[in-house]
Parts: sequence; structure tokens; C-alpha cells
Amino acid sequence: MTDFFASIPALYEDWVLHALLWLPVAGLFHVMAAAEDRAKHIAFSWSGTVFVLSLGLWWSFDPGGGGFAMQSSTPWIESWGVSYALGLDGISVFMVMLTTLTTPIAILGSFEYIKTRRKAFYALMLLLQTGVVGVFLATDIFLFYVFFELTLIPMYFIVGIWGGERRIYAAVKFFLYTAVGSLLMLVAILYIYFSSGSGSFSYEAFLGADLTMREQLWLFAAFALAFGIKVPIFPLHTWLPDAHVEAPTPGSVILASLLLKMGTYGFLRFLLPFFPGAAQHPTVVAVMLALGVAGIIYAAWVAAVQPDAKKLVAYTSVAHMGFVVIGVFAMTVNGLQGGLVVMISHGISTGALFLLLGMMYERRHTRRIEDFGGIGRVAPFFATAFVITALASIGLPGTSGFIGEFLALIGTFETHAVTAIIAATGVIFAAYYMLPMVQRVLFNRLDKPENRTFADLSRRECVVLGPLVALMIWIGVHPAPFLRRMEPSVQVVLERVEEARTALSPYDGAPDPDVEVALSPAGEEE
Amino acid sequence: MLLDYTSSFDYVMALLPEVVLSCWGMVILIMGVVRKDGGGRGQETGWMAVAGLALAAVANGWLYSGVAEDGTSAMIAVDRFRLFANWIFILAAALSIVISLAYVTRQKLQAGEYYSLILFATVGMMVMASARDLMVIFLGLELMSIGVYALVGFNRRDRRSAEAGLKYFLLGAFATGFLLFGIALIYGAAGSTNIQMIASAIGAGTTANQLLVPGVALLAIGFGFKVAAVPFHMWTPDVYEGAPTPVTAFMAAAVKAAAFVAFLRVFVVALEGVYGQWWPILYWLAAITMVVGNVVALAQSNVKRMLAYSSIAHGGYLLVALVAGNDTAVASLLFYLLVYTIMTIAAFAVVVTVGGQSEGNSRIEDYAGLGWRRPVLGVFMTVFLLSLAGFPGTAGFIAKYQLLLGAAEARLWWLSVVLVLTTVVSYWYYLRVAWYMWMKEGDDTAAAIASSADPPFATHAVLVLSAGLIILGGIFPETVLDLAYGSVEGLRLLVAGASQALVP
Repeated sequence: MTDFFASIPALYEDWVLHALLWLPVAGLFHVMAAAEDRAKHIAFSWSGTVFVLSLGLWWSFDPGGGGFAMQSSTPWIESWGVSYALGLDGISVFMVMLTTLTTPIAILGSFEYIKTRRKAFYALMLLLQTGVVGVFLATDIFLFYVFFELTLIPMYFIVGIWGGERRIYAAVKFFLYTAVGSLLMLVAILYIYFSSGSGSFSYEAFLGADLTMREQLWLFAAFALAFGIKVPIFPLHTWLPDAHVEAPTPGSVILASLLLKMGTYGFLRFLLPFFPGAAQHPTVVAVMLALGVAGIIYAAWVAAVQPDAKKLVAYTSVAHMGFVVIGVFAMTVNGLQGGLVVMISHGISTGALFLLLGMMYERRHTRRIEDFGGIGRVAPFFATAFVITALASIGLPGTSGFIGEFLALIGTFETHAVTAIIAATGVIFAAYYMLPMVQRVLFNRLDKPENRTFADLSRRECVVLGPLVALMIWIGVHPAPFLRRMEPSVQVVLERVEEARTALSPYDGAPDPDVEVALSPAGEEE
Repeated sequence: MLLDYTSSFDYVMALLPEVVLSCWGMVILIMGVVRKDGGGRGQETGWMAVAGLALAAVANGWLYSGVAEDGTSAMIAVDRFRLFANWIFILAAALSIVISLAYVTRQKLQAGEYYSLILFATVGMMVMASARDLMVIFLGLELMSIGVYALVGFNRRDRRSAEAGLKYFLLGAFATGFLLFGIALIYGAAGSTNIQMIASAIGAGTTANQLLVPGVALLAIGFGFKVAAVPFHMWTPDVYEGAPTPVTAFMAAAVKAAAFVAFLRVFVVALEGVYGQWWPILYWLAAITMVVGNVVALAQSNVKRMLAYSSIAHGGYLLVALVAGNDTAVASLLFYLLVYTIMTIAAFAVVVTVGGQSEGNSRIEDYAGLGWRRPVLGVFMTVFLLSLAGFPGTAGFIAKYQLLLGAAEARLWWLSVVLVLTTVVSYWYYLRVAWYMWMKEGDDTAAAIASSADPPFATHAVLVLSAGLIILGGIFPETVLDLAYGSVEGLRLLVAGASQALVP
């Protein structure tokens, strides 16, 4: 009997990743087979089960040396060297848990919002969950690509069917933007596949590919475009406000919390380790940092003038993702960790903001800031949750947002002081766009009669928001357990970059003529 | 079993699927006359034709499972490349017939002639795939084309059908002229019409290049017409739109497949030695076809016409495989044709069902709200469209991916980039049908169309089967992929052997 209990952890580790990935699909079939008005409960129980299962990862995941844990690999398409390979490291564990947490919350938050065609809706939500979990778990590039693309279809239909007025435009724009990037990435993937000569699509095989600087720069461009559109980085962000505003609440939550993270996750998982040379090419770093800062400042300014609260929050996403970009391309431990924490924190706080806006919309059928005012008097719990979330979003000390942005800024300051200083002004602008919105919605005078009957949080809504608010404060007060788990994996990424730096350096490494040319300023024109 | 071509009986064995199908076609013809089909009867005749195709598939399987030939310069190849292609044609013909069953009854067509023409055209395709001689290719091409000319104009009561038939016939005859002239020039250059001999002659450098190069160009035009490559595609949209919809499906899938298979054998095998001369032609044909096919499809508001342009675009993707010309690319051509056949015919099956009696309901607006009113049709059509777009999770993705793999192996990076970028363009028009089906409510006309779009059992079966195969092929493609890879092996073997024997 004791043997049996002793074997549970090992059993758990053998099966948990597969279960997290495929249980939502089982749920999908269950939803399709069920009656229309049972669909939401069934979908919630399946995704809730997945969340409970994933909780074990918090304890059983051992960061160790920073490599993949719980790895498993089965040949899938052998003639191409494709395998069904899953693994978890200190970067993906948080993304997976964020997914398993956010999905049931988004589903629970949609109980009142989604009134038509519920079966199809919940089936698509569960399919989306499988796609997102797959993206974060896959350690085979082909498998990753399949899941990366697979997330597009459910999101396309969620936005297009249950969205607002201009839903079709938003859905198609979202779909095409992301598709352009990912298809070019597919060609780049094939290039690496043939360059590595290993006949395998595994992550390790791709790390082993020997690429010249010139090749790295091209491939970097293809990958960066794919992930940059997803993030989205500043000039590629135009799909995001449309998609966010038109999407139904749960769609916005998933989009902000999870789909954007697929881009920044791609930076950490693929972009830096695969192309360490290109990633620290001075021009590339300068461009990426500039775009990151531009995103922070520009999005803050644009957000400040939005009359639509949802659009405002959509632009804050662009700003937050800018912090991730500068944190990542600062290439310091603090910067990378900060970027990761911003990803988690943004997932929680922006998700919560979208849920709150959805609740406002359910009650008043408007999202215009000027239609509200004085809500705090009639709905104190709602106002409390709203204020905490907004403060976490702008990065008040004591909330998750502060830890992430602070670390990212410190990390950037270590290597690029000026960039960090300019980016830091973004934190001030964040207060400038968020606080007036909070004031105009919650405080001011209660001068609109419709708002007098604004109902406070229901019990279901408390359950939806409670865990998110708690997490914001937990990460803000005690981030150590998070940082401890992610540090080894972040180190691995940085070591990979460092290695390339020594190998590429014309001063203290073995001189490689090809690389020397490419690194010198004149070589950029080549 | 080893086939020895000194005995004429062994020739019959080598052509067993073709022989079976030809005889069966005549049986169907007689059956049509005896039973006086035409006044809305003839489902049985159709099922009989399917049975004949099944027999031919069995004969084909027998050849596939280990029948070898004695390595002489026979006019008929018994290699797996041909046999795999035969399965594609048989499948295409069977699926087309099954989706025609209700259609033929509804439009009161002569069942006997209709089905036997499909069978004879299929025989023509099989001959094209098996030909190891340019004259045999021509023979097969004519057999196929004449059958299809008649099929396009088969619905005599419909003016558009007649117009399409005439248009296809005139332009087709013109293109055949180019092909024949090309064959003549190549014969002049190489002294033979046999593919092995041509390859050997080119390998040995004994060809007259001033004849060979124009000959190759003329062949490219002739085949380019049949595969609907831009700029020889002008006939396609009109013919596809005017022809009876099941015939359009048959043409888009099978005729294109047959032309590609022959195209590949002639260029990749016979003309391998002058690869340097022809690859730029096909390179640009492929690029232009992908761009024009996809971009013009954007502007189509008629689903049937949109699928016509989409089939042109797919022709462009397949040309990439021809340019690459390596074994991966050849295998990808076979696999792609198989997948393409299934998804195209299945998509057309939905178009047939929605089209209704007059075949007029193929405007995109007619699909508005179809998904919610007819969930089965909607879900299946969405699967087919996603597969045509090459989306992960469907066989269309695996097929397109393999094409890219072949192109990447040949280091055709720019062509690959064109391929993926035009694929993004194609997302728009495939998704547009999906958004009409699911995201628009649709007016009363659309509601009426949806309520009358009740697929009969046979069509239902095709839809279920196709969707199942497409998803299965998207998730577990290994078996069929290996079959496709295995079917390439014999393609060049004989030529290599022959050129060794002939070159002193």
C-alpha cells in the first residue's frame, strides 16, 4: 500500500502533461453530446478538472538545472523525424498553469454573457485550451507549429460568431495577420531543419543547427515577425485593438492572457536560443529595444484618449508587452525574469480587467467610459476588485505588475540605461491613462439614473475574480517562489546567448571569418 | 509475378485495371440502353459503375503487390508511381459518381452514357499515368479529353453547359495540337518517342538541341493547358462554372491529377537531362499560377467559380513539386493529388447539394447562415475549406507541408515564400465561405436554400468519409505518406538502367 502511494508522484509526472493537453478535447466531445443549457457546466467542470490536475505541477515541478522536466517523446511521423514530444521547464510551467487557470475562469465568466449557440461556444473554448497548452508544452518544432496555428481557428470563430458589430472584420484581420507571420516561420523552420542535417524536428536538434550570421539574421527576421505579430510589437499591433474590442468577454480574456503570451514565449523559447548570434547583433538589439519602448509610450498615449474602456485596456496590452520585449532583449537575468513576471502578471490583471468590463457591459450594455460614474457607491465589491486590478495593471508596489516591470526595468538598466529610463516613463503614463478611467467609472458623481441600479458582484462573479485578485497580491508581496522556479531556465537561455557571444567575439574567441564580417558595422550591408 | 513483354498476354496483364474498366464501361453503356434510363432513373447504373471501379482498384492492387516487369523499353510502365496514381483516379471517379447519383436523377440525364463516359475518361487517365511513350500519353490524353468534353456539355437543357462544352472542346483541341507538335519535335531531336530512349539520348548528348528545346516548350504549353497553369488557364473558370457540378468536381480533381502525373513523368524522367533548360519555365509558371490563381479567387462571389480559381492555385503549388523534381517532391505530388482529390470533390459535393435543382444557388450569399441551419453540411464544408487552405490538423496541411519539404530540399526558398504568402491570400477566400456559413444570419432566400439542401444518403456518405479521411490524414498521415514515398522508388530505376545499357 505504501508502495502505491510512493509511486503516485511518478505516475503523476508520467501522465499529467498528456492529460492537461487532451482532457479538454474529451470535454469538447462531451459538450457536443450534451444538451444546450448543460454545455457551460460541462465545459467548466472539464477545464476545472484540468486546472486541479495542473496544480500538482507547482510542487512536483523541479526546476533543477533549467532543462526540460517530465519529458516524453513518441515518434509521430517518422519519415520526417517528427515526434510527439512534450516537456516542461521553468518558463513553460507558468504559462501552462496560467492557461489552466484562465480557461475555467473565462468559461465561468461567460455564463451570463454567452446566451446563444452555447454548445459550439464552449466546444471552441475547450479546443482553444488544447491548442494553447500544446503550444507551451511542445518540444518538437513541428508539433509546436501545429498547435500554434490550431489556436487560430477557435479564436477566429469565437470572435466572428459571438463578437460585436464589426466582428467579421476583426476576426479576419486577426487571422490573416497572424497567419502571415507563422507561415513565413514555417519556411524558416524548414531551413533550419535542412541546415541541422539531423533529420529531426526536436528542440535539441534545432539548437544544434550550425548557422552563419547571415542565415541567423534572416531566420531571426522570420521568427521575430511571427512572434512579433502575436505579441504584438508596436507597428504590428493594429489587429489587437480590433480583435479585443469585438471579441466577447471570454474571448478577450483568452486573447490577452494567453494568445499574446505565445508570442513572448516564442521569444524566450525559440528566438534567443536558436539565433543567439542574431539576437545580440547590435542593430537587432537596438531595433527590438526601440520597438519595445515605442510600444510602451505610443500605446500609453493612445490608451489615454480612448472613450471605449475596452479599447483602452486593449492598448494597455501593447504597452505591457513592450516591457516584456525590452526585458527579453536586455539579455540579463533580471530582464528575462522581469519579462516573464510581466507576462504572468499581465495575464492575470488584464484578464481580470476584461472580465470586469464584461460585467459592466452585461449590466449596462455599453462600454463607453462616460456612461458610467459613481459606480463605487452602488457596487462596493465591484469597485474594490476594479481598483486592485487597475493598480496591479499599472504596476503599483505590492502588486504583481510592479514586480514584473521593476525587474524588467532593472534588467534593462544594467545593459541599456537610456532605454530603461525612457521606458520607465511608461509607468507614469500608465497611471495617466488608467487612473482617470477608474475615477470616471467608479467615482465622480452618480449622475446617471441607470447606474443607480448597477448590481454588485454576484457570488459567481466573486468566484471568478477572487483567485485573480489574490494572485495579483501574492505575486506582488511574495514573488520568490515564482522567481526561484523560473531562474534556472532563464539562466539556460542566457548561457546559450553568452556561449554564442564568446564564440562570435572577434577578440577572445576563435576567429570565424564569416562571423567577423557580419558583426562589423560594414558587414550589415552584406 | 514477372511480366515479360515478349508475350502479348503479359501486356494485357500489365494493363489489367484499364482492361477491366474499359469492358465495364461498355457494360454500363449497354445497361443504360437496355434499362432505358434517363427519365430520372439510373441510380443502379451508377452503383454498377462504382462496382467496376472497385474491381479495377483490386486489379490495380494486384499489380501493386509485387508484379514486376522485365526491364525492356516497353510502352507501358508497371511502376508504383503509375499504380498509386491509378488509385487516385479511381477514387476520384468513384466519389464523383456517388455525388452524381442524385444529380443525374434530378436533372434527368442519361445515366448509362454519363457513367460510362466517366469510366472511359478514367481509363484515359490511367493510360496517361502508365505511358512510357509520348504517343501513349497522347492516346490517353485524347481518350480522357473526349470523354470529358462530352461530360462538360452533358446537360443539354442548360445553355451554360453547352457553352462550356464547346469552349473546352475548342481550346482543348488547340492545346492538344501544341502537345502533338511538341512530341513531333522531340521525336525529331531524340529519334524516339519512348521516354527511356529520350532520356538515354539526352544523357548521351546525341540530341539535336535546336529541335529539343522548342519541343520541350511546346510540351510545357500543352500540359500547362491541361493542368490549368497561368497563362493557359483562361478556359478554367468558365468551363468549371458551366459544367454540371459533379463533372466540375471530376475535372478539378481527376483530370488535373492525370495531367500532372504525365507532366511529371515526361519532364522529371524523360527530360531530366535538360533540367537546366526547362526549370526556369516551370519556375515562373508555378509562381505566376500561384499568384494569379489566388489573387483572382479573392474577387469571386460565386462559390463554384471560387473553387475553380482555387484549383488553379493548387495547380501552382503542384508545379512547385515539378520544379523541385526530387524524390520527396515526387512523393509529395502523389500525396497532394490524393488529398486534393478528396477535399475538392467533397467541397463540390456540398456545392451540388446547396446548388439545388437549377444549380443557381452557388452565390456566396446563398451560404449565409447555412452552418446553423444545416450543421452537418456546415461543419464538413468548414473542414474541407480548412484542408484546402492547408491548415494544421487536416490532411491538406500535411500535403502542403510535404510540398514545402520537397521545395526546401531543392533549396527553392523564394518559391517556398511565394507558396506560403499566396496561401495566406487563399485563407481569405476560403474563410469567407466559412464566415458566411457561420457568422452571417442570411435572409429568407438563404433560409429556403438551406432548408432544401438536404444531402441524399450517398452524398452524406461521401461527406462523412472524406471528412474522416481528411482529419485522419491530418493527424496520422504516416501510412499513406510511406505509401507515397514507396511509390517513387521505381520511377527512375528503369531509365537509369536503360541509359547505362545504351550509353557506350
